[in-house]
Amino acid sequence: MGVGELNSPLQKGITSKDEKLGRARHDVLDIVFAWLTRSVAFLVLVILAGILVSLCVAAWPSIKEFGLNFLITTEWNPPMQKFGAVVPIYGTLVTSAIALFIAVPVSFGIALFLTELAPVWMRRPLGVAIELLAAIPSIVYGMWGLLVFAPIFADKVQPALTATLGKLPLIGALFQGPAMGIGLLSAGVILAIMIIPFIASVMRDVFAVTPVMVKESAYGLGCTTWEVVWNVVLPHSKAGVVGGVILGLGRALGETMAITFVIGNTNFLSSASLYMPGNSITSALANEFGEASPGLHTSALMELGLLLFVITLIVLMLSKLFLARLAKGEGTKS
Amino acid sequence: MSNLVSQIEFKNFNFYYGKYHALKGINLGLSKNKVTAFIGPSGCGKSTLLRTINRMYDLYPEQRAEGELLLDGHNILGRDIDLSVLRAKVGMVFQKPTPFPMSIYDNIAFGVRLHESLSKAEMDERVEWALRKSALWDEVKDKLYKSGMSLSGGQQQRLCIARGVAVKPEVLLLDEPTSALDPISTMRIEELIDELKNDFTIVIVTHNMQQAARISDFTAYMYLGELIEFGETDRIFVKPSKKQTEDYITGRFG
Amino acid sequence: MQLHSKRKLVNKIALSLSLGAMLFGLFWLAWILFTVLESGILAFSVDLFTQMTPTVGVQGGGLANAIAGSGLLVAAGALIGSPLGILVGIYLAEYGQSTLLGKLTRYVNDLLLSAPSIVIGLFVYAVVVAKTGQFSGWAGALALALIVIPVVVRTTESMLLLVPNSLREAAYALGAPKRTVILWVTLRAAKAGVVTGILLSVARIAGETAPLLFTALSNQFWSLDMSHPIANLPKVIYEFAMNGDPNLQRLAWAGVLLITLGVLALNIVARVFFRQQHSN
Repeated sequence: MGVGELNSPLQKGITSKDEKLGRARHDVLDIVFAWLTRSVAFLVLVILAGILVSLCVAAWPSIKEFGLNFLITTEWNPPMQKFGAVVPIYGTLVTSAIALFIAVPVSFGIALFLTELAPVWMRRPLGVAIELLAAIPSIVYGMWGLLVFAPIFADKVQPALTATLGKLPLIGALFQGPAMGIGLLSAGVILAIMIIPFIASVMRDVFAVTPVMVKESAYGLGCTTWEVVWNVVLPHSKAGVVGGVILGLGRALGETMAITFVIGNTNFLSSASLYMPGNSITSALANEFGEASPGLHTSALMELGLLLFVITLIVLMLSKLFLARLAKGEGTKS
Repeated sequence: MSNLVSQIEFKNFNFYYGKYHALKGINLGLSKNKVTAFIGPSGCGKSTLLRTINRMYDLYPEQRAEGELLLDGHNILGRDIDLSVLRAKVGMVFQKPTPFPMSIYDNIAFGVRLHESLSKAEMDERVEWALRKSALWDEVKDKLYKSGMSLSGGQQQRLCIARGVAVKPEVLLLDEPTSALDPISTMRIEELIDELKNDFTIVIVTHNMQQAARISDFTAYMYLGELIEFGETDRIFVKPSKKQTEDYITGRFG
Repeated sequence: MQLHSKRKLVNKIALSLSLGAMLFGLFWLAWILFTVLESGILAFSVDLFTQMTPTVGVQGGGLANAIAGSGLLVAAGALIGSPLGILVGIYLAEYGQSTLLGKLTRYVNDLLLSAPSIVIGLFVYAVVVAKTGQFSGWAGALALALIVIPVVVRTTESMLLLVPNSLREAAYALGAPKRTVILWVTLRAAKAGVVTGILLSVARIAGETAPLLFTALSNQFWSLDMSHPIANLPKVIYEFAMNGDPNLQRLAWAGVLLITLGVLALNIVARVFFRQQHSN
C-alpha cells in the first residue's frame, strides 16, 4: 500500500497528512520560541555583567582618585572631597558578625526543633511562622526597630549588658558607653532576627536529608535525640549547614533599610564599643546617595556599592559551593 | 495471514539506549485493522518496540534506531520525516492516564487543533464522535467543561483514548493501557479495543496474558530484545512452536 | 548509671535550648506583628485612601497618592518581570537543562536571587536615571522587575521539572510541536507553582524600599505618570518615620500596617493556593 493510498473511510478530510509525511517542515515558530527563551536566559547573564560593568564605570573616578586608600582610610568628608570607606566597611562587617553570632545557634535550635522535636502536626505551622519572619519587609523591621525596639533596648538590655559583659576583661570594652538604643549592636540584633529564617530553613532542609535508616540505627543503639543530632545528623549535613550560614551572611551584608533606621548613621568612629552609632555600606548609600552631588561623592558611593556587590557575590558563591558539596556527598554515601 | 496487508513493517530493526543494544534484528509485519499484542517478561523490549512506531525515542538524544521501519511502505526512520504528521497518523495511549490540565472538551480538541482547523460546530461534532467511540460520551456529556483531572482513573484512560482517536490516526499504540486500572475499568477498555479495531490498526503492550489472549488477533512474544515468536493469537496460545514461548505462556517463567 | 543520667541531662538541656530557640523566633514575630497592628489600627481612617500625603506641620492627610503609586510600581514591575522570568524558567527546564548556557544562567540567577536590592537600585540609577537625567516611575518599575525575575525563574524551573514526563510524551504523541507542548500542557500543569512564584515575588517587591530610593524617588502629589517621580509607600514610610512630627509618624504606622498586611496576605494566599491546586 502506497503512501498516498487510502481505503479507510476515516481518512477522508485528512489526506494532507499523508502528503506531508515525507517532508519535514522546519517549524519556524518552534525555532523562534526556542530562540526567544534562549535569548531571555542570556539576558540574565547580561544583567549580572551589566551591574558589574556599570558600577565599575560609575565608580571609576573614585577608584582612580583614591586607589587602595579608599579601603584603608577612615575620613569620609564630602565637602572636602575626601572619601575613605573604613567606617562603613567596619559597620557592615561588625553588624553582620553580631547577627551571625546570635542567629546561628538560634537557627540551629529552631531547625532541630522543627525536624526532631515538634510533634508532626505542629511542624508545618511553626515552619510557616518562621518563614513569615522573612516575609516581613525590611522597612517594617526598621521602623519597629527605631521606635519600639531601640528605646526598650537602651532602657533594659544595654544597662544589663554593661553590668555583666562590660566588666569582663578584653571584651568588656565592647559593651561600655552610653546606652542610646541605636548603634552597631542594635543593628546587629535586628539583623539577626531577619536572617534567622534563612539560615533556619536551610538547616531544616539539610537535616531532613539524613536517611531515616541511619538515624534509626543510632536510636537503636540507645542514643538520645541530642546524641543522634550531634553525632549523626550534623556530620551528615555539615556542608549544608555551613552553606546555610554563609547564605545568611550574604543576606546580612546586603540588608539596607532596617539597618539604616537603627545604626545611627555617622561616619565617625571614636571607640571600640558596640553601643556606638556607625554606618554600614548599605546605610551610607541609602542615606547619602539621594543628596550626593554629582562627581566624586556619587562616584565614591558607587564604589561602595561595587564593593558590597563583589563581597556578596563571593560570599554567595562560597555558600553555593558548600551546598553543592552536600548534594554530591549525599550521592556517594547512600 | 499472507493475504493481509502489513501496515507496519520492521525490517532488520535494531535499537540502542546509548551503548546498550535493546532490540536485536527485529523482523515483523503488523496487519491493518487488527489487534497485535506484544508480550514478554519485563525488560524484554516490548515497550521499546512500541515506542519506535511513533518515534517517541526522538525526545531522548541517547536513544537511536537502525534498520527499517515502514509505515504504509514508507520508511519513517529517516531524518526527513515530519514527526508531527507521523504522530497524527500514529496515536498513543500510556500506562497511566495522562489527562492534560484542561477541560474534558479541550483535552480532546487539543490534538485535533494541532492538525486541522475546524469550525466550532465541526469541533463539537468531532469531540462527541471521539467520546462516543471511546464509550465515554454518556458519562461526560453533561460536564464537558469540567477538568479532565476530575474523572475517575478508568474514565481518564478512556478520555486519553478519545484524545488519540479524535485525531483520526491510522494506528493506535497502547502501552499497557490497563495496568493502572481496576478490573471493571479494564473490562470496559478491552471491549472498547474490540470496537476500535474496525477503524484502527491497534498495537498493544500488555503484561497480562489473559488480556492478550482475549483481545488480540496476533501476538508477538519477545525475550531479551529479540522477537522469539509471532503469529495468530489462537495458535500461539494453544500450540506455540517454541519451547520458550510455551514456558512463558503457561507461567513457568516470567 | 551515673553516665546514663548525665547523658539524659545533656539531652534535656539541649532539647530545652532548642525549644527556647523556637520561642525566641516566635517572640519576635509576635512582638513585631503586635506593634504593627496596634499602632497601625490607631492610625487607620478613611482619609488614608482619599487624602494626599501631608508636609511637616500640616495636620491630617492620607496616603492616597503613595498607595496608588506603589500599586502602579508593583504591578508594572511584576508585569515586566514575570513573563521574562517564566521564559527563562522554560529555557532552563525544557531546553537548556544541561547546556553550558543553562548551567551558567541557573548559577547566575541564584546569585541575583540573593544580591542586595540596593545594588539593583544603583544599577538602574546608573543605566537609566543618570542617562535620561530623570527619576521616574519606569526606572522604579524596572528595578522591581529585576528583583522579580530571579524569583520567578527559580520557581518556574523547579515547578516545570515536577511535571511528569509521561504528560509531555502524551502531548508529543499527538504530534504537538515543542512550543505547544510547553505552553499548553507542561506550563499549564505547573500553573499553580508558577502563580505561587509570581505571588511571592510580588510580596517581596511590595515592601522593597532600597531600590526605589534612587529610581522612582517620591512625589508629594497625586500622579500616575510613570515617566516622572512617583509616590510610593515604602519611601513615604521611610521619610515619615524618621521625622519627629507625630502626625507623619502616625501615617507611617498606617503605611506599615498596610504593607505588612498586604505582604503577609500574599504569602498566605500563595501557600494556600499552591496546596489546594496540588491536592487535587
